[in-house]
Amino acid sequence: MVQDAPAETVRAPAKDGSGGFMRAVRALDIDLRLLGMIGALLIIWLVFDLVTGGRFLTPRNLFNLSVQTASVAVMATGMVFVIVTRHIDLSVGSLLGFLGMIMGTLQLHYLPGLVGHGHWSIWIVTILAGVGAGALIGAAQGYVIGYLAVPAFIVTLGGLLVWRGAAWWVTGGQTVAPLDPTFSLLGGGAAGTLGATWSWALAAAAATGGLLLQYISRRRKAAHGFPVKPLWAEIAMSFIIVGVIVGLTAVMVAYPVPEAAARRILAARGEAIPEGPINMAHGIAIPVVILLVVALVMTVIARRTRFGRYVFATGGNPDAAELSGINTRLLTVKIFALMGALTAIAAVIASARLGAVGNDLGTLDELRVIAAAVIGGTALSGGIGTIYGAVLGALIMQSLQSGMAMVGVDAPLQSIVVGLVLVLAVLVDILYRRRTGA
Amino acid sequence: MTDELFLQPQTPAPAPDRSGTPLVEMRDIHLSFGGVKAVDGVTINLWPGEVVGLLGHNGAGKSTLIKVLSGAYRADAGQIFINGEKATIQNPRDARRYHIETIYQTLALADNLDAASNLFLGRELTTPLGFVDDDAMEAETRKIMARLNPNFRKLKAPVKALSGGQRQSVAIARAVYFNAKILIMDEPTAALGVQETKMVAELIQELKRQGLGIFLIDHDIHQVMEMCDRASVMKNGQLVGTVDIADVTEDDLLGMIILGKTPERAAPETVQ
Repeated sequence: MVQDAPAETVRAPAKDGSGGFMRAVRALDIDLRLLGMIGALLIIWLVFDLVTGGRFLTPRNLFNLSVQTASVAVMATGMVFVIVTRHIDLSVGSLLGFLGMIMGTLQLHYLPGLVGHGHWSIWIVTILAGVGAGALIGAAQGYVIGYLAVPAFIVTLGGLLVWRGAAWWVTGGQTVAPLDPTFSLLGGGAAGTLGATWSWALAAAAATGGLLLQYISRRRKAAHGFPVKPLWAEIAMSFIIVGVIVGLTAVMVAYPVPEAAARRILAARGEAIPEGPINMAHGIAIPVVILLVVALVMTVIARRTRFGRYVFATGGNPDAAELSGINTRLLTVKIFALMGALTAIAAVIASARLGAVGNDLGTLDELRVIAAAVIGGTALSGGIGTIYGAVLGALIMQSLQSGMAMVGVDAPLQSIVVGLVLVLAVLVDILYRRRTGA
Repeated sequence: MTDELFLQPQTPAPAPDRSGTPLVEMRDIHLSFGGVKAVDGVTINLWPGEVVGLLGHNGAGKSTLIKVLSGAYRADAGQIFINGEKATIQNPRDARRYHIETIYQTLALADNLDAASNLFLGRELTTPLGFVDDDAMEAETRKIMARLNPNFRKLKAPVKALSGGQRQSVAIARAVYFNAKILIMDEPTAALGVQETKMVAELIQELKRQGLGIFLIDHDIHQVMEMCDRASVMKNGQLVGTVDIADVTEDDLLGMIILGKTPERAAPETVQ
């Protein structure tokens, strides 16, 4: 409801009689914009698959795509709140670099001296420190924006320069490597995945959770005497939920770990290496698990907490929010602190994936993050945006980029295409809103 | 809110009893914006069960004065007393603690949210775990809307999609739902049709009967004569005077607004 779901879905039967499809969409209570984004994504995937002769839609490529999307998508969920409240954060790319540097030096140069080399606590302390630092820096930027009333564009443009410079300063420009082995798993290499068994366990848990939520929601609506969806729609929805979860998991599990890598992983774990061929699957990558958890938590925050409600209210009408007793200044601080914390999580994923922290880590990420949020339907005019949209937006962006790289499109042309797609996506969104009046 | 709201046939509410302690007293309020004296030493008061009209040209300072009471502005000088006790109102949250509710001229609705979210904005109902309870809020909204505006159906739509009258009823519902003792209405009927205006007039009578005090900002002199017990007129940030509606004519009020003079017939009240 906050997140601009189509109004009056079930209550008002389709008046325009635009066919069974629209009726089904209404009955199922699916956001049309979500359908549009999924449609765009599928088209992009199919086109690249055709052009590359079937190399795009392979378990291997989809697995890589999911890992490459994770870092930007994590930040994009936070950027939704920032943009919904009519702000912008240009500093996330540089901040990601700075936080990556801090976490890199902490786990490589400081913590081993304190607790001993290779100690189990190193990666945990590193991440806690990184997230704490990210939240603090975000809060500081939010304070200047909220309380001192400097526009977010300026504050975070300053941040873009400040944190990139600060990142250089941490090590004097040197690359930090190698990272703690456990920390590196969070980047999703061959070892940083759930494997087949745990992937299916996660899928089962997610499917159960999804169905349970669906049931609880229906029962609550009925208890209040609200209209509920027809039973066939609920059952169809259940099948879609379970189908998507099972399908995605199956793809990830279908990507086998190469023999040699599998032997290395088993050896590193200290497990017995079997004689014959090893049957090891990648399964869902750990950064993707992190992304899913972040997206879930952020969705709950957006829809089910006062904080989330105030974010959208302030975006819709800042004066009304203020007059309703909402402390919009403190809210701004919290939003940017959250953005900073999420940037730290993204920094963990990005640095762990590369296994090293270089000076250029996160360069231009601010633009990818903003583009992902905007392609995902977040309106720069404020008040409108969804978490799942931002994640899908990040996936669309990454699909375009990987696809073009795979086809062999020149880098300059890649930029041109991505730039045009960004503008086109927003144009389509604006036209859609104008037509539906949403 | 009480269940008897809006259900009885309309009889005029009894005349307010002004012998006790006033519900609200704003004493010698000053507020300047960059050298412009928007409110310049104004004193007004309000008793329970009374409707006081605030009149004056655009820019006379009515809305500014009222925003001091609702916590949107902080006065440079002056005091506010609620039930005879000095009140500190520094922001809208403070005002809500004193059971002061405001219907702003702009309605102050978040257009992207639905009616229930707006009605409970800043005061959401939550589940035992602290999450926002949308279903409970929708149920409450359905209840109050059934009384305030029975034609109200679009509970799930963002209020942007509602008509002027429907938006107004959301703003009114928000003000009366939370047991207001003091109600501020800034041009509540400006955007309304005849039928809806009549509904608001009836609502005001009903709220009066329940003992609320109401400040009503309105440009329609005729309406003020009908709905208010007293009227305070402002001009250039200053109070021209406060008169009993029973003692004056429409022309007297117009004279006060335009010329800034209190008619001789209605001796200006002395305020304690």
